Amino acid sequence: MQFIYHFGRYVLFLKRVFSKPEKLRIFIKQIINEADSLGISSIGIVTIISFFMGAVITLQTAYNLEMMFIPKYTIGLAARESVLLEFSSTIVGLILAGKVGSNIASEIGSMRVSEQIDAIEIMGINSCSYLVLPKILGLILMIPAITLISMGVGIFGGWLAGSVTGEVPSSDYIYGIQMAFKPFYIFYGLIKAVVFAFLISTISAYHGYYVEGGSLEVGVASTKAVVVTSIQILLFNLLLTQLLLA
Amino acid sequence: MIEIKNINKSFGDNQVIFDVSAKFETGQTNLIIGQSGHGKTVLLKAMVGLHSIDSGSIVYDDRVFSDMEFEEQKTIRKEIGMLFQGSALFDSLTVEENVRFPLDMFAKQSKEEKRERVNFCLKRVNLENVNHLYPAEISGGMQKRVAIARAIALNPKYLFCDEPNSGLDPKTSIVIDNLIYEITKEYCMTTIINTHDMNSVMGIGEKIIFIYEGEKLWEGDKEEIFTATQKKLNDFVFASELFKRIKKQNQ
Repeated sequence: MQFIYHFGRYVLFLKRVFSKPEKLRIFIKQIINEADSLGISSIGIVTIISFFMGAVITLQTAYNLEMMFIPKYTIGLAARESVLLEFSSTIVGLILAGKVGSNIASEIGSMRVSEQIDAIEIMGINSCSYLVLPKILGLILMIPAITLISMGVGIFGGWLAGSVTGEVPSSDYIYGIQMAFKPFYIFYGLIKAVVFAFLISTISAYHGYYVEGGSLEVGVASTKAVVVTSIQILLFNLLLTQLLLA
Repeated sequence: MIEIKNINKSFGDNQVIFDVSAKFETGQTNLIIGQSGHGKTVLLKAMVGLHSIDSGSIVYDDRVFSDMEFEEQKTIRKEIGMLFQGSALFDSLTVEENVRFPLDMFAKQSKEEKRERVNFCLKRVNLENVNHLYPAEISGGMQKRVAIARAIALNPKYLFCDEPNSGLDPKTSIVIDNLIYEITKEYCMTTIINTHDMNSVMGIGEKIIFIYEGEKLWEGDKEEIFTATQKKLNDFVFASELFKRIKKQNQ
């Protein structure tokens, strides 16, 4: 029953979010601000994690294939497939659910408990649309760039780790990442990332918007937003994989 | 003038407002008084549309606000200024940006005109040289004054104040009360103030209604309140030692 209640309220919330903005000039300014605060500020953490994950994926694949008579370039191929298909979209999505999702939920939740949202509503402004729509569009606008950076840095991290440790010769790795390459895999990763960006921004905003109580409840809502978003990302990952790759 | 007729409001099974009716005159400071938790804020928020009502009607100068959809209510909402208990200033905006916010959203003015209006409003509430500070960098009393400046930025016809003196010292409370009173007279607004502060009642209470457990038990002005025979009202008014002494002296 709780699920049906929240799902219904989430749909009604989205209906209010996707309505005509009050003033286009202010709306565009807000989207740019949100793209900066939610997207650009996440590039650093995504770059660091992607680099190390790419490196670890490469080394673990290399160690596991050591005793087998499998060509070394397979390691590059495996690292590329892992980064493009799963890591840069799904794992980065989960990381952003923690960083950006908690940020959105706590920001909107704090505005709710300190009556700032009421102050917006009193003026006759649709607070859902005013506060949430720029966040959705800002994040969706930035996510393809973040995903592409993650893909590039992840593969580069793999190459560097393989070369420095001597586990994968540079030429083998580069041959491997080019082998049987399907450009669609990049689009597949980007499509998933955009869907995850939508889930992160809307679910987190929903939990923040309907907070009742004080700062303690804002913290609870923020945690809940991250948990629910992460589960939804995993569910949608399964669904999109079946839809796009089957 | 704002008129509320037979307002009822429940949250689930818990009814918090019972059949409240009242008229709030233009150009007057109308006070809703009562103990904390007896429905004053719910009533005020229902009047501005932040809470839906179960039954009854809310009429702003012959316009039935309670029958309107959100989009229709916009016209009236743009005529409303509200001062919240905790000021409700936007943390991420400076004082100037906070006051300019309603102008940016609704006024068709140049940047220069908006800046002039912002400075005028801040000057009106006796605030200068704070334009570039953030709400967290100014005192509670100053935050209240910024909130008043924001509330009057669009020349509202109706001003709602929810516990304007909450968290303020007695001296600053008087400053805020006087400011609200002066602005009400200056702009001929219909002002409705929620309070449990008897100093405010005695200072600016031109019309007073007393709410007890969600019901309106008494209506009058600040002169009549001392001679009222309503027991619950007397318990509330003469709860403090100061007012008990005043009563004794008068007797």
